[in-house]
Amino acid sequence: MLPRNMAKNKTSVGYKGPYGYQKRRDGEGRSCVRYKCGLTNTIQDVLRQRPGWIEVKETFELPSEYHLFVEEFKRSPGSTWIMKPVARSQGKGIFLFRKLKDITDWKKDGSRSEEQRDETQVESYVAQRYIENPYLISGRKFDLRVYVLVTSYIPLRTWLYRDGFARFSSTRFSLNSIDDHYVHLTNVAVQKTAPDYDPEKGCKWQMQQLRRYLTARHGTKTVEALFKDIDNIFVRSLQSVQKVIINDKHCFELYGYDILLDQDLKPWLIEVNASPSLTASSQEDYEMKCHLLEDTLHIVDMEGRLIGKEKRVGGYDLMWNDGPVYRDVDLETLGSSCLSANTHLGCVNDRKKQLCQLLKPIPGQKRI
Amino acid sequence: MMDEGTELSLTIAQIVQRLKGTNLHSQIERQAKECLHRPEIKLESLKDDVRHFLKASGWEKKLQNAVYRELHVQPPPCHPATPPEHTKEPLAYMRKAQASWEKRILKSLNSMCTELGVPLARKRPAIEQKELTNKWNEMGTDEPDLSRFRPVYAPKDFLEVLISLRNPNHDSSEEASSKSYWGLVQVPLQVRDIPQMREAYSELCLTSGQLGIDDLTHVPPDLFESEHIRIGKKVLSEQDSAAAQQYSRQGCPTGLRADLWSLILNSTNSPEDVLHYNQLKAGVIHHDLLVDKLIYKDVKLTASNDDYYFVFEDYLYQVLLCFSRDTAVLDHFSYNSATPPKSYIQGRVGEEEFAVVYPPNGVIPFHGFSMYVAPLCFLYNEPSKLYAVFREMYVRYFFRLHSISSSASGIVSLCLQFERLLQTHLPQLFYHLREIGAQPLRVAFKWMVRAFSGYLSTDQLLLLWDRVLGYDSLEIVAVLAAAVFAFRAENLMEVTSLASAEAVLADLSTLKVMPLIQIFLFATVI
Repeated sequence: MLPRNMAKNKTSVGYKGPYGYQKRRDGEGRSCVRYKCGLTNTIQDVLRQRPGWIEVKETFELPSEYHLFVEEFKRSPGSTWIMKPVARSQGKGIFLFRKLKDITDWKKDGSRSEEQRDETQVESYVAQRYIENPYLISGRKFDLRVYVLVTSYIPLRTWLYRDGFARFSSTRFSLNSIDDHYVHLTNVAVQKTAPDYDPEKGCKWQMQQLRRYLTARHGTKTVEALFKDIDNIFVRSLQSVQKVIINDKHCFELYGYDILLDQDLKPWLIEVNASPSLTASSQEDYEMKCHLLEDTLHIVDMEGRLIGKEKRVGGYDLMWNDGPVYRDVDLETLGSSCLSANTHLGCVNDRKKQLCQLLKPIPGQKRI
Repeated sequence: MMDEGTELSLTIAQIVQRLKGTNLHSQIERQAKECLHRPEIKLESLKDDVRHFLKASGWEKKLQNAVYRELHVQPPPCHPATPPEHTKEPLAYMRKAQASWEKRILKSLNSMCTELGVPLARKRPAIEQKELTNKWNEMGTDEPDLSRFRPVYAPKDFLEVLISLRNPNHDSSEEASSKSYWGLVQVPLQVRDIPQMREAYSELCLTSGQLGIDDLTHVPPDLFESEHIRIGKKVLSEQDSAAAQQYSRQGCPTGLRADLWSLILNSTNSPEDVLHYNQLKAGVIHHDLLVDKLIYKDVKLTASNDDYYFVFEDYLYQVLLCFSRDTAVLDHFSYNSATPPKSYIQGRVGEEEFAVVYPPNGVIPFHGFSMYVAPLCFLYNEPSKLYAVFREMYVRYFFRLHSISSSASGIVSLCLQFERLLQTHLPQLFYHLREIGAQPLRVAFKWMVRAFSGYLSTDQLLLLWDRVLGYDSLEIVAVLAAAVFAFRAENLMEVTSLASAEAVLADLSTLKVMPLIQIFLFATVI
């Protein structure tokens, strides 16, 4: 009997790779995180009780939350908002707006007759406050794609992958033209169609490169604090949906988190993708994604090689295990009160070596 | 020959001359005047008290750093009757070769100019000036038609010139023997061998801690890294150039590197530096130079296509366009074997009064030039600061990589050293490559001309440049080139053509430079 369900899923096939794995399409709990609205609702609910707990900008589902949205919109006149279709990906259908008249289609109007409503069913969108002061590198905007693996929701057990990347927009950031998709949207899919896109070049930096750049510019302490804030985003966003998701210990979910940094080096959660793209834009990217999938399967551990007490498997670090996970401390520093988290986003990923050590069979040990 | 005492006083006199009238001078004077109001300054011991005050307030240190900087860029001491061109380059045949190379480059530039009908320089009309001002921070978005422009020369053209260099006093007609040199460079310059380098680069030895080796994951930070970082912070707080340079020999921590390098180079980014940069920027706006197109083309061809440097495209224009117009760079020609190219006002060819240096900084960019700047964008993001650091690095080091001279850090010496190291320590490999028509220098030259920029991964490149700054010499670049060949020797022994040798050495992005250098220098059996 296979302890995990495995089935090919077209949207998750990697570049040239044979891998495919099923995210359970059935079960409302799962779609709660995948479709943009689901997580939004849950997070917004939590934020109403605990403001500022997760760094995410005001988000509303339209047309269902139209009136709530308008209230917030009016509170900050002149601000820019971004509209994203709930069920589409890769940047399709996204646009920016500043005036309410741009989104009259999503206006929920009680006066419309039943027939009218059925005929002109608008697609569900999510409106989110646009971050107008993103952190720029050489005038360009970028966002971070980070991979988080959840093997159990109750109790919450989640792993953070060390590699990831920063996606750059190919043009310079400016709020003057919000119609220029190429400036504002950093999805690689959108950038690929930009006129000056050079497919050989790609516009991604590995997470290690970004981390080094930020460290060179701002110093180690600041950058460590930033990555700690990013860790909080992951954990808290998952905690907020813990009670809503259908928990099945035979399932796992690999999420692609999109994070944006603002000028003050504060991270903001943009969205969580339950089906992160596994197609590769370059050789480097392909290798990273292959390794990601390999390590995911190592953690899923169908052959039962792991003991269950590991804090690191390949490129994954155990981030939360029904409580915070700390790095191993040696006896000398035991006295110090400063325990650091077990996450290493953007750090050296010597996964091959680690896997060799980890999966080495110990003579005499019985495996199920 | 001058005796040491005379040499020293001459040096002091020269430095005083150079520092007189600089902003630092006036600032110290002002400080000295203002401190007279202070209670601790007594008339009886005026001189000592003022000196003491300047020391305590950090001004003496600033002066020390400025003097230290001048020592780096001073031409080597020589007899007062020496003509200036001998100071730049003592060997006549080198001077001649450099002069004829320059003639060739200038001819190429002029013919491109005539062919394309583009003037060497022109004033921009007002509309164009305004447009450029608005676009200053995003010049990379411009897509001018550069298809007609070609780089003036590429590194391989320069290599051919170096290969043909001969010392007329050296009899190279002897039969090829085991004592002869197998390499392409056939000039008898003195280069150091491994035993000499072991002494010179003692901080890189196997028993001494290094960043790039002892800061890797499996090494506990208490062993070296934490202490090294602590010392680095102390060096920065003391603001001592010489100490920073010494410190850099063992590598600079990522978080401290930007400040350490600007301390070593004494690049302070004072208000007058910012002013100077803005003046250069104004120069770019007012006039368009032909070399601007060459710079554009170079950036688009090299840095913009690099996986990591493409982000910094705009900064590269902002630095390089200003660099072309900076006449302060002309100072370095007093110790550079090259001479700035001259152009004549239209119709006045040959008349010295109508000669102008072109481009204003005397440096004609070649294919790959922008890669000297690209790695620095990782450290500095304020254009005036980035500019100041780049300019200093150019006038101390990079110029030597594309001019013909007998200097120990010059490209000729580096090529020769690379070949000699290979022949001495990897004779089988060298012989094999030579036999299949794959002379090692043909592959390694492009790495050395760029000081490995664009070939190594950025963090490794910065570790290499830490040592270039630390030892004030580019010699380590030649050592690394040899070490790379040593590392891939096994694969190289199997190749049968130059193309396959190039393929084996095409991707250096996974190399770790410090272990390679350390093993080559300290673990090679002599």
